[in-house]
Amino acid sequence: MPIEILMPALSPTMTEGKLAKWNVKKGDAISAGMVLAEIETDKATMEVEAVDEGVLGEILVPAGTENVAVNTPIALLLEEGEDASAARSPKPGRTAGAAPPAAARPQGAAPAPAAPAAGAPAESEVPPGTAMRTMTVREALRDAMAEEMRRDPSVFLMGEEVAEYQGAYKVSQGLLDEFGASRVIDTPITEQGFAGLGVGAAFGGLRPIVEFMTMNFAMQAIDQIINSAAKTLYMSGGQMGCPIVFRGPNGAAARVAAQHSQCYASWYAHCPGLKVVAPYSAADAKGLLKAAIRDPNPVIFLENEILYGRSFEVPEIDDFVLPIGKARIARPGRDVTIVAFSIMVGHALAAAEELAKEGIEAEVIDLRSLRPLDLDTIVASVQRTNRLVSVEEGWPACGIGSEIAALMMEHAFDHLDAPVLRVTGKDVPMPYAANLEKLALPQVADVVAAAKTVCYRA
Amino acid sequence: MATQIGRERLLAHFRTMARIRAFEETAERLYNEKRIPGFVHLSSGQEAIPAGVCANLAAEDRLTSTHRGHGHTIARGGDIQAMMLELFGRQGGSCGGKGGSMHIADMRIGMLGANGVVAAGLPIAVGAAHAAKLAGEPRVVACFFGDGAVNRGPFLESLNWAAVHRLPVLFVCEDNRWSATTPTRLTTAGPGIAARAEALGVPACAVDGNDVAAVDHLAGELVASVRAGSGPRLLLAATYRWSGHTSADAGAYRDPAEVARAKTDDPLRRAAQVLGGLGVAAAELAAIENDVAAELARAVEMAERAPFPDPAALYTDVQDIGAPTARVPA
Repeated sequence: MPIEILMPALSPTMTEGKLAKWNVKKGDAISAGMVLAEIETDKATMEVEAVDEGVLGEILVPAGTENVAVNTPIALLLEEGEDASAARSPKPGRTAGAAPPAAARPQGAAPAPAAPAAGAPAESEVPPGTAMRTMTVREALRDAMAEEMRRDPSVFLMGEEVAEYQGAYKVSQGLLDEFGASRVIDTPITEQGFAGLGVGAAFGGLRPIVEFMTMNFAMQAIDQIINSAAKTLYMSGGQMGCPIVFRGPNGAAARVAAQHSQCYASWYAHCPGLKVVAPYSAADAKGLLKAAIRDPNPVIFLENEILYGRSFEVPEIDDFVLPIGKARIARPGRDVTIVAFSIMVGHALAAAEELAKEGIEAEVIDLRSLRPLDLDTIVASVQRTNRLVSVEEGWPACGIGSEIAALMMEHAFDHLDAPVLRVTGKDVPMPYAANLEKLALPQVADVVAAAKTVCYRA
Repeated sequence: MATQIGRERLLAHFRTMARIRAFEETAERLYNEKRIPGFVHLSSGQEAIPAGVCANLAAEDRLTSTHRGHGHTIARGGDIQAMMLELFGRQGGSCGGKGGSMHIADMRIGMLGANGVVAAGLPIAVGAAHAAKLAGEPRVVACFFGDGAVNRGPFLESLNWAAVHRLPVLFVCEDNRWSATTPTRLTTAGPGIAARAEALGVPACAVDGNDVAAVDHLAGELVASVRAGSGPRLLLAATYRWSGHTSADAGAYRDPAEVARAKTDDPLRRAAQVLGGLGVAAAELAAIENDVAAELARAVEMAERAPFPDPAALYTDVQDIGAPTARVPA
């Protein structure tokens, strides 16, 4: 699916600016870090750097356009193999200037009726009629941090290249400008060191957000995360808590091989004292990160590199905080329950589409939180569907799916009409070769096949 | 002060550096053309260090490398064709297509592996040296790492251990001044990398890392004393990373003037100048560069035509069950 390049903000307070100049044209190959365009406000000018790679499919906002609202799609980036004619399909009718950007919508005007999007927040969490705004997961995470940092001066961000470079994956864009170098801190390459330092800062009364460039590198720090952050409240007899967020991209990226492609969800979900969150949509990313920052416990916040550039509807609510520990029914259905988290929710939803064509109505549950796990929602769903498939990128042994299967034995045994099936990453380190990598990761077809198996339709 | 070096030895260095440069430039182009994926970390501008160090290693010696490791493997005599196949993720790659750029290992040349985690190679090198000492084998281990690694715990732990046990390790710090996208000086305290090593009991020597003759000369002295049993040594080689952190990184956070200035201090051109003074004709150097370009073109052509790994390879070599597919005699 094409990636929308959005009008960036010079700072979290900027609302619009002029698109002064394009440095690239349609058809150009784009690599991350390449300067795409220049934008201006009355205060400053900035170069827009590419975050993702691909081919520039279309320029949506021509050079010289004034008053372009932040987050307006300004261009479309195509991934390998996509052609420009596909570029419009994800957002039918969206052309430059045709629809006012969400941020510019007049107050009080009813938002365009949106089709119930799979990534949309649960109804109970967003009052009907709430205006929605399209934003990427990357921006939602940034906004969550910015809002919490404005609200609470004890919140600060540290990590490798989070300040000057604005994040290895550009999640901390604009934060250094707004909050300064004392609250947005570039660390050396020293994960165990800065994780421990964050724990100490939390013991000392601050609320650190520790960004790992990827969760793979957090293995260097896992001693501090488990032994210092997770266990101290217990070990101290309740005297000392550790309000800290450890966040960063988790799971497989693309073609970066074994040391940079691994899902750590079950590692952390195993450990008492931690909370573990793994959102899929931008709305959940925002609402759950805000909750994580406010939480008095250490929270492992698992992001996904491939999801960073995906856009979702996010409610325009002043202080949108979601509860940690509640799953979300991303698609209702009566025949089989599919549980997934993070990027695999997309696979589960795609599988549900396929299954619907064959008359199987799958219910997709986005777990969102892995510790605590929302057992009630899963059990209630299985009581309706009597069948369960779990999907995760991680390895099968002792995985999230293993845990869910065991829980179903304990809590829903009499409701199951088929054994629970797990769709997981293969039990091998991530291979580099394209064909092997694809074989190693769960595919939509695997989810479809598992769902049909538990429905005895295989 | 120019280091004395023989014509043939310097010519060999020139060829090694030209092969590394060509490999990196080819990898960069292939990445930009989307013919290979990333992350590819390029070492253009840093060629003199692996060339000068590896020329002093004996057949039984070993080395560990980094995410920016193509040059180490090439300088050690690694097979460029196999490396290119690996970058393409094809059969016949150094690791059968399963490792990629960041994980190239080649036991045929004692190359214990590039490593995708900063500083992770240091304890591995020290362990290999400890094993050699216990086994009474006369190996030296060359351990390459960057300036970003010195802020990690394993730097302290590894140097300390190597000094306590007087292990045969040559630590080679390639100081290219950038830790990914952050200038190392902004995140590194104290009087410098050499002083840190000295504080841990590892004698350190600094060298102009873009002067291959100087690197060769100093590495020769240090390897000799390490081999003689006097314990670990650290070679601190000053250089500059011409490219961004990865091939996907245009390095826009750097002052273009800084990069342009650094590129005037080109290890290849410097060697060429000295060779000119030793009576080597420019045409001879151009011929070397042409040979290398042709070698790389052949490697790419073959790699692109090579088959993908057999799907059955997905499940091979997960565990050593006594018959790994590519065991190489030590």
